[in-house]
Amino acid sequence: MLPELGHFALILALLLAALQAFFGIAGPMLGRDRWIAAVTPAVAGQAVMVATAVGCLIASFVGDDFSVRYVAENSNTALPLFYRVAALWGAHEGSLVLWILLLAVWTVAVTLGAGRLPPRFAARVLGVLGVVSFGFLLFTLATSNPFMRLDPPAPDGRDLNPILQDPGLAVHPPILYTGYVGFAVAFAFACAAMLEGRLDQQWARWTRPWTTAAWAFLTCGIALGSFWAYYELGWGGFWFWDPVENASFMPWLAGTALVHSLAVTDKRGLFKSWTLLLAIVAFSLSMLGTFLVRSGVLVSVHSFAADPARGIFILAFLIVMVGGALSLYAWRAPLLKSSAGFELGARESFLLFNNVLLVIAAGTVFAGTLAPLISDALKLGTVSVGPPYFNPTFMVSMLPLLALLSVGIHAGWKRGRLKDQQRTLLYTFIAAAVLGCGLTFGIYSHGRVLTPVGATLGLWIILSSLVDPIDRWRRGLSLPRAVLGMTVAHLGLALAVIALTTVQSFTVERDVALSPGTSVNVGGYEFRFLGVRSVEGPNYSGIGGTLVVTHHGAPVAVLRPEKRQYWVKGQVTSETAIKMHHGNNLLLALGEDLGAGRWSVRVQIRPLVSLIWLAAFIMAMGGALAASDRRYRTATAIVSAPPAVAPERAG
Amino acid sequence: MSRFLLPLGVFALLAVVLAIGIQHSPEKGVIPSPLIGKPAPQFALPSLTDPASTVRSADLRGHWYLFNVWGTWCGECRAEHEMLLQVRRAGVLPLIGLDWKDDDAQARGWLTQLGDPYQAVAVDRSGRVAIDWGVYGAPETFLVNPQGVVVYKHIGALTYETWTREILPRVSSAAATRS
Repeated sequence: MLPELGHFALILALLLAALQAFFGIAGPMLGRDRWIAAVTPAVAGQAVMVATAVGCLIASFVGDDFSVRYVAENSNTALPLFYRVAALWGAHEGSLVLWILLLAVWTVAVTLGAGRLPPRFAARVLGVLGVVSFGFLLFTLATSNPFMRLDPPAPDGRDLNPILQDPGLAVHPPILYTGYVGFAVAFAFACAAMLEGRLDQQWARWTRPWTTAAWAFLTCGIALGSFWAYYELGWGGFWFWDPVENASFMPWLAGTALVHSLAVTDKRGLFKSWTLLLAIVAFSLSMLGTFLVRSGVLVSVHSFAADPARGIFILAFLIVMVGGALSLYAWRAPLLKSSAGFELGARESFLLFNNVLLVIAAGTVFAGTLAPLISDALKLGTVSVGPPYFNPTFMVSMLPLLALLSVGIHAGWKRGRLKDQQRTLLYTFIAAAVLGCGLTFGIYSHGRVLTPVGATLGLWIILSSLVDPIDRWRRGLSLPRAVLGMTVAHLGLALAVIALTTVQSFTVERDVALSPGTSVNVGGYEFRFLGVRSVEGPNYSGIGGTLVVTHHGAPVAVLRPEKRQYWVKGQVTSETAIKMHHGNNLLLALGEDLGAGRWSVRVQIRPLVSLIWLAAFIMAMGGALAASDRRYRTATAIVSAPPAVAPERAG
Repeated sequence: MSRFLLPLGVFALLAVVLAIGIQHSPEKGVIPSPLIGKPAPQFALPSLTDPASTVRSADLRGHWYLFNVWGTWCGECRAEHEMLLQVRRAGVLPLIGLDWKDDDAQARGWLTQLGDPYQAVAVDRSGRVAIDWGVYGAPETFLVNPQGVVVYKHIGALTYETWTREILPRVSSAAATRS
């Protein structure tokens, strides 16, 4: 009964989304106030229906209803309760439902905040969000219904994919999706503004907090995914340039560009058409990611079981949404004019460079991700593009970006007046270079060419970012949350650069064969292998090794990496053992049984690797601080301008 | 004007590439098995029902067969058992079982209790042969043609749908082209 109720609720949600889209877009166009008034109830109704459907699906999981195919495929009576709930997004169908739920939550949030917007504009925003929601609901109901019954019911479920049975992964998809879906809000604001022909600074001001919040969630989501891959997959890497990872990274790069470009449009009324385009591109890349992951076009390590029919549907949806938005853009954007100018050394120029470099970075990732597909389409044979392509090409755009950030942060709007800052620039750079090279050669006494470069750039960003806040503090000026947030996010970026440089330069990796009682020395640590024992879990059994770690004779830790076999799927997973010691991340993974008690063990020592994730969270915190600035909330609606494209003057 | 049409043009080009990409990936939907189109891995294992005799892949040449990986520890295998019995009753092609990492006595008990759909069952206690076949979880079913080439792989319980849509057409179309 519950599954049918959930299915029915999804169908009602689809109808309400259609109404929301129709009233939201047609109402303002035809000037029918009654239609506009109907949008909010449609949003509320849709949210209730989607929540009901999700509730029904969770109830089916918790109640072990194996007559539901999706539950039978992704749960099991032995699965702990926590994972039975998280199993909701363990596979394709359920994660789509999660997507829809989060879109409903964002839409409700926009509705609650819409009081400050002109009613027509708000209706249009909600209308565009209705179109997005309609598309995803139709996709779910037509190709991926999670409530499909199984007849006869399965006696027990096939269990959740064991590599997903991990707290990190249980929270990673919701946060990542919140970021993805959040860009739909920026997209909706852009489309609404183009539909209305009202592309003034006010539009950018309204969009900014939403975009920044979505960006912060996406940052967190990517970091969690990387963290999970590091300790669960047992390969010891934190980033693999895998299509699925790239699918989340491309919208992040475009979103980062959008956050900066919105700042220029908000403050100075410039880059308007560019900002619009970025808002479209950021969300398009989110949807493209969904397409790539689920259509089976690209094969990836953490691919969903894909289906070409789903691929065709998403492609059609992509063409309607993105094609529609870009057509609207081609029609409206030429009417935009900005009369304000700026000097080469002004902050606007630096933000322009920032945008260009970030878009180039997104472009190189995009090209690398799609290269196998393009070469296949042109019948050039199968190619594989990996870190040897991504690492250097990505660096080409990132290094200048980091250097320009340290300079640009001192530049003022309109007129750069960088001459006044010459001293600050020079001093911070010298201090960073001395510190960077000193630390590199002082602590490690060796390294690659890029090691001191990375350290210097990271430290330079830290010093430059602190100049303005310290100056404000000394002069007794207040520090608005937006500025504070920006500073925190930039500090996070700097920490990430330093951490990445260190990890890439000084990681030690060894695969060794150990028999009980023997030991191995890696990177100043001694690892003594005591042997293996069997371990039992609620739904798996496995083998655990015990290794005693010492550093110059002093005990550090006893580590127990495991290999688990999950009963139901028979799948083997590797549980790494990790220990932090003086900033070094020691990672042990149990390999193969080599016979006669000997086991292969992978030993990795990665200095500062945890700082990468910490830095990402600091960046996200910066985003959250900036998004919560009161300036955005008190920005009251200006009396609605006539809905025609008026060439406005920006000053 | 034209410069604002550029994004639309780029996107149109991308859509074409993606459309071609979908066309080219008909079988990527299922987890791709590198074995498809390649000779089935060789094996010679003791028989479950008659421990004195051996089940050899070489003896299976010359006719179609379904190679089904199962075990008594696998709940989903119990779910697919009824379908396997139907396959046996249909009599289109023989089922060869691979009893994977299992207890022999329990496996024999399973077949007496639930019915034996297999022409022969090979015992793979160490799981070595399953590794050769690229098995990642039970049940999995492979369709092998008379030349000993794997033409299709199904992951999870065999369903009536798979049987009628994927397996039968492959067997019968091959029979039709030969006659």
